[in-house]
Amino acid sequence: MSVPTSEAKNHTIAVLVDNEPGVLARVIGLFSGRGFNIESLTVAQTDYQNALSRITIVTTGTPMIIAQIKSQLHRLVPVHDVSDLTMDGESVERELALVKVSGVGETRVESLRIADVFRARVVDSTNKSFVFEIVGQSSKVDAFIKLMQPLGLIDVSRTGIAAISRGADAMDPVG
Amino acid sequence: MAKDKMSGSDILLKALDEQGVTDIFGYPGGAVLPIYDSIFQQTKIRHVLVRQEGGAVHAAEGYSRSTGKVGVVLVTSGPGATNAVTGLTDALMDSVPIVCLTGQVPTHLIGNDAFQEADTTGITRPCTKHNYLVKSVEDLARVVHEAFYVARSGRPGPVVIDLPKDVLMALGDYTQKSKVEVRSYKPRIKGDLALIEAAVQAIANSKRPIIYAGGGVVNSGPSASQLLTQFVKLTGAPCTLTLMGLGAFPASEKQYLGMVGMHGTYEANLAMHDADVMVCIGARFDDRVTGRLDAFAPRALKIHVDIDPSSINKNVQVDIPIVGDVGHVLEDMIKVWRSTQAKTDKSALNGWWSEIAKWRSVDCLKFAQDGDIIKPQYAIQRLYELTKKDERDVYISTEVGQHQMWAAQYFGFEKPNRWMTSGGLGTMGYGLPAAMGVQVAHPDALCIDIAGEASYLMNMQELSTIKQYRLPVKSFILNNFYMGMVRQWQELLHGGRYSESYMSSLPDFKKLAESFGMVGLQATKPSEVDEVINEMIKTDNAVICDIHVDQSENCFPMIPSGAAHNEMLLGPNDKAEKPVSEEGMVLV
Ligand SMILES: Cc1ncc(C[n+]2csc(CCOP(=O)(O)OP(=O)(O)O)c2C)c(N)n1
Ligand SMILES: [Mg+2]
Repeated sequence: MSVPTSEAKNHTIAVLVDNEPGVLARVIGLFSGRGFNIESLTVAQTDYQNALSRITIVTTGTPMIIAQIKSQLHRLVPVHDVSDLTMDGESVERELALVKVSGVGETRVESLRIADVFRARVVDSTNKSFVFEIVGQSSKVDAFIKLMQPLGLIDVSRTGIAAISRGADAMDPVG
Repeated sequence: MAKDKMSGSDILLKALDEQGVTDIFGYPGGAVLPIYDSIFQQTKIRHVLVRQEGGAVHAAEGYSRSTGKVGVVLVTSGPGATNAVTGLTDALMDSVPIVCLTGQVPTHLIGNDAFQEADTTGITRPCTKHNYLVKSVEDLARVVHEAFYVARSGRPGPVVIDLPKDVLMALGDYTQKSKVEVRSYKPRIKGDLALIEAAVQAIANSKRPIIYAGGGVVNSGPSASQLLTQFVKLTGAPCTLTLMGLGAFPASEKQYLGMVGMHGTYEANLAMHDADVMVCIGARFDDRVTGRLDAFAPRALKIHVDIDPSSINKNVQVDIPIVGDVGHVLEDMIKVWRSTQAKTDKSALNGWWSEIAKWRSVDCLKFAQDGDIIKPQYAIQRLYELTKKDERDVYISTEVGQHQMWAAQYFGFEKPNRWMTSGGLGTMGYGLPAAMGVQVAHPDALCIDIAGEASYLMNMQELSTIKQYRLPVKSFILNNFYMGMVRQWQELLHGGRYSESYMSSLPDFKKLAESFGMVGLQATKPSEVDEVINEMIKTDNAVICDIHVDQSENCFPMIPSGAAHNEMLLGPNDKAEKPVSEEGMVLV
């Protein structure tokens, strides 16, 4: 009995791991070794008491591939918990970008005006440049960067997506 | 300093002892000299000195597969570790629990391109279940205990522990096994009862069931094989086994259809194709088993029991997935079957068996031993018949190629853990060291490596190890003077252009045996086969049998790459009608 293969879709997956050397290499190696995509990846220690880091990965795949990615992640020894934030209920996603724009005169004023509309903050300025900090969904960050392009955009740094489920449930550090 | 402090290498040996290790396969070098010094000063653990590190890993695999214990390997840094990589990959593919201890340069030199430094944890990350770099002697005992736990639990696999020399020489405290708890890795053992009940009901309601079992049953321990046998008998369903599963169900049972897959039997593959309910137990829908995926068992409701959730729905979408240890799940299935008084439909099952009888009557493994040339099938058949009555336990390992498939087809296994072969990776050179490892674990057993001459040349340095430890390993070489399996594919797919597959300049295997103080035997005519086998069986020493077999024989039946179960080739005359598709040509 075959189940129809559905279309590929973006999924945001959160992985709770031991904060130890090589753990990120294991996760990345799993994706490259098995031909899975990584659209975005962020990682940082989130639980100092238990020495756990949280990795947020955005990947694409059919439901069968996504299920496979999750069970492969689960199989890694330092992995405590895996959560599919796209599937398991609602979630919030944010990304932060630092956007450097260089210009003088009218374009400089225009960039400030757009930043205001996007609620981007100025975190550094010289008389011929600004660094804006913008936080939001990736699509908002994309839109902001696109508008800055003609106004002297010279450098961008993005964090990749951080995500968390809505409501009172948390990931399981015991795994 | 407290008196009970121990050196890292002493801690290591104490931890191995606590884990029940009695034998290690290894090869020394600068980075592991402290361990060798500790080995020298104790008597509990025996070290078997191999002749190349690759041989050590295969020996540990044979040891492990034939005992169910974790196999242990010890190699030095750099080249010692890189030589172990093939064996580790082999163990990963075939789910063999191995702990491989690798030496490393001292911690302060790591990353400096020091002499014999290799990034061992980096190199082995994709070919181990897990690996560790021990940076402090205080972590050492804990890591060893954790490594054994990881290697043997869940779906078993190889684990590397990389040991910098300064850590081995530092003084530290020992941590007992009972004090170690793994924080994260906790595989599920019991299957979901609701799914087990659904599975039992589906099997009871089926008209054309098939039970397809694999290496997971062997890995789960001998009781799982007994439970499988019980369950197959309860249901009355036919049972087929994968290459890795041979012995998990007795080959002599009436309900056994033989091996499934590329060189499996006609009846097993057609029963897989036509089944309405398929129960996959501890197998993984490998491409060698399924053939073309879109034509795989198109009408079957599929039940899959596996301890590894990532094996489920990987290649084939299943209807009832049961995650758990196959032994536990089979036990529950039998309980539910009995408590619900499940019964399969007798008349439907009779109809199914009479269809199967028709496929069986094709007698797909028949061959004719006429003329003066030994048929390889005949040699295996005689080996099976003449060793069957031996009162010793018989263990068979193989190399990789045609001989491996003929061994799988013509040698019957009644019990698990008797068959060692490289299934997933297909590593030539596996069989001789594996047989050596089996013989170390079972000194009184009859251990035979069924070999091809080309594979044999890949690890024959281990003959020296076999001699040193007086291991009576038997090598039964089906010598066809070709890389037979390569030659077969060149014949079928590449117009008979036998590019680089002829084995010229072979050694005289008889003299090779004699040069190691072993016995060399040769058969070139069918009439000599029994004599050679009987001589081999009754010789206490190690023996190499050089059996000259038909050079042009091909391995049938065969599902060509990219074909489906019901498109099997039964013999050489079949191929013209069914040319291999273009998509099939790119497959391996
Ligand atoms: C290490 C390794 N290299 C190459 C191969 C590809 N290969 C598969 S079977 C085979 C030929 C084996 O020849 P032989 O050992 O004589 O066995 P036969 O097929 O003749 O029985 C080769 C080269 C392999 N499986 N393993
Ligand atoms: Mg050969």
